[in-house]
Amino acid sequence: MEFFFEVLIGGLLAGVMYSLVALGFVLIFKASGVLNFAQGAMVLFAALTFVSLVDRGLNFWLAMPLTLAIMVLLAIAIERMVLRPLVNQPPITLFMATIGLSFLLEGLAQGVWGTQPHRLNLGIPDDVIELGNIFISSFDLFAAAIAAILVASLAVFFSKTRIGRALRAVADDHQAALAVGIPLQHIWAIVWTVAGFVALVAGLLWGARQGVQFALTLVALKALPVLILGGFTSVPGAIVGGLIIGASEKLAEVYIGPYVGGGIENWFPYMLALLFLLFRPEGLFGEKHIDRV
Amino acid sequence: MIYRECGQLKTSYPADQAIFPIPQDRWGIIILLLVAFLFIPLLANDYWLGAILIPFLILSLAALGLNILTGYCGQLSLGSAAFMAVGAFAAYNFELRLPAIPLLIDFILAGIVAAGVGILFGIPSLRIKGFYLAVATLAAQFFIEWALNKFGWFSNYSPSGVITAQKMVILGYAFDTPVSKYLLVLGIVTVLALMAKNLVRNAIGRAWMAVRDMDVAAEVIGIRMMKTKLMAFAISSFYCGVAGALWAFAYLGTVDAQAFDLHRSFQILFMIIVGGMGSILGSFIGAAFIVLLPIFLNLAAHAVVGDAVRPDVLSNLELIVFGGLIIFFLVVEPLGLARLWQLAKEKLRLWPFPH
Repeated sequence: MEFFFEVLIGGLLAGVMYSLVALGFVLIFKASGVLNFAQGAMVLFAALTFVSLVDRGLNFWLAMPLTLAIMVLLAIAIERMVLRPLVNQPPITLFMATIGLSFLLEGLAQGVWGTQPHRLNLGIPDDVIELGNIFISSFDLFAAAIAAILVASLAVFFSKTRIGRALRAVADDHQAALAVGIPLQHIWAIVWTVAGFVALVAGLLWGARQGVQFALTLVALKALPVLILGGFTSVPGAIVGGLIIGASEKLAEVYIGPYVGGGIENWFPYMLALLFLLFRPEGLFGEKHIDRV
Repeated sequence: MIYRECGQLKTSYPADQAIFPIPQDRWGIIILLLVAFLFIPLLANDYWLGAILIPFLILSLAALGLNILTGYCGQLSLGSAAFMAVGAFAAYNFELRLPAIPLLIDFILAGIVAAGVGILFGIPSLRIKGFYLAVATLAAQFFIEWALNKFGWFSNYSPSGVITAQKMVILGYAFDTPVSKYLLVLGIVTVLALMAKNLVRNAIGRAWMAVRDMDVAAEVIGIRMMKTKLMAFAISSFYCGVAGALWAFAYLGTVDAQAFDLHRSFQILFMIIVGGMGSILGSFIGAAFIVLLPIFLNLAAHAVVGDAVRPDVLSNLELIVFGGLIIFFLVVEPLGLARLWQLAKEKLRLWPFPH
C-alpha cells in the first residue's frame, strides 16, 4: 500500500509538470483558437536561451528578464508574420503554420545556441523527503509549488486585470471583442508572450530535471493527452488533467506494464484520454459544443 | 480558349460519366502517364529512380490516403504513418507465413488489414471532432509503434527489430532493379490514384464532402454518419497500408517500425496542406514538394556556402528554411499548390481574351 501511494504521489508530481506545458497550449487555444503545436519548441527555445545566457556568465536575475524580453519579441514576431496574415483561415491552416513554426524555432534555437545538451542548476535541492514511510523528491515538491503559484497568478491575471478581461472577451467571441474596441492583435501578442513565459518556466523546471536538450520538445507530446482530457479551453482542466494523466500513467506502468512487456508510458495517456472522450467528447472542463445547422 | 468545357457535347452516357470528361484533361493524363512509364525509365539514372522518384510516388500514395480522410471527409488525422507501418508489417507477415499468396495479393491484403485497424481507431471520430480527434489519432500512432516493437511475432522475433523485406517476385519475375521497382510502384500508384479520383466523385465521395462541410447538416439530409466516417477511415488506411508495404518492399528493403514514426505522419500531413486539401492532384504536388525541398535545400546550401559550414549548423539552417517556407506557403496560398493549377485553368479558359 505504501508503494502504491509512493507511485501515486510520484505520478501526481510528474503530472504537475505536464500541466505546466499544457497550460501554454490552453492559453493560446483560448485566445486564438489555435492548437499551438510549437509550444514544445517554445519550451526548448526559452530554456536553451536562458541556459546559454547563464553559461556565458550572466547571472540568474539578469538572464531571466533578458530571456523574457526575447520571448516578448518572439511573440510579437509570431503575431506579425504568422497570425496576422492568416486571420480568418480555417483552424487546420493555423495548426499547420504552428507546426512550421516549431521547425523554425527548433532550428533557430539550436542554430544560435548550439546542439549540445546543457546542464541546468536552479539551485533547488533535490533531496528525498520522508513523509511517514513515503519518499518524495523535494525538487518535485518545489516544481509543484511553482506550478501552483503560476496557476494562481494566471487566474488572478485573467479575472482581475483589464488585460485579462480583454483576453477572456477575445476567447469568447473574436468579432464581439473587436466590436467593443479590443485590439485583437495586441491581445494575441500578449497571449503569446504569456505562453512564452509559461514555456520558460516549464523549460527551466524540465531542463533542471533532464538537461536542456532537444528532447524537451517531446514534452509537448506528453501534454497533448492532458489537454484533451481536461478540455482545450480550461485552465483548471489542464491542471486536473495533468494530475490524472501523471498518476494513471505511473500506476499503469507499475501495475499493468509487466503484463504486456512494459514501455506503455508512451501511449497509455492517449488511450486513457481517448476512452474518456468517448464519454465526454469535450473533455472534463471543456466548453459544451452545440451544433447548429 | 485552349482549355474549355464549353461546346464539348457528350452524346453517350459513358462519355458523360468518364473520369476525365474533357479531352484536354484526358490527353494530358495520357501523355503524363506515357512520359512516366516510357521516357522516365529511359532517361533517369538509378539515383533519381531509387532515391527520389520511388519515395515520391509512395509518399504521394500515402498523401492520397490521408487526403481522402482529411481533405475529403474532414477528419484530421496524425496517425497515417502508423497505418503505413501496419501495411508494411502485414505484407511482410503474409509473405513470410503464407508464401503461396502472390505478392500483389499480399499488398492488397496488407491494405485490408490496415483498413481494419483504421476502422478500429476511427470509431472515436463518431463522438469527437477537430483537434480532439487529431490528438486521439496520435493514440493510434504511439500504440501501433509500441505494439510492433514490443511483440516479437510481428517481426518474426528478429533481435534488432529491423528485418529485411522479402524479394519482390511477381509471376516469376524479380523486381530488383531500380527501373523495375519504379515501374511496379508507378503501376500500383496509377491504378489506385485513378480509383481514388473515381471514388471521390461518386455517392460515397459526395457523402464525405457533405460531412466535411458540415456534419450536422449532412446527418439531417440522411447521410449515415457511422458508415461514411468509418468508410473514410477504412479507405484512407487502405491507401496508407499499401503505401507502407511499398515503402518497406520497394524503397527501404527493410521492414522497420522506426521508418513510420510521428515525423512521417507530419510529413504526410504537410504534403496535403502544401499540395491542397481535397484534391487528388494536390497529393502528388505536395509529395513532390516535400520530397524535393530538403534535397534542393541541401544542394542550395552546399552551392552557396560550400563545405565550410559544419553539418549540424547546416541541418539547423535547413530546419529554419523548411519551417519558414511552410509558413510562407500557408500565408501566400492557404488552399495549397493545387489551387494554382486551378487558377491556371481559369486563365486558360479565357486566354487570349481578357474577359
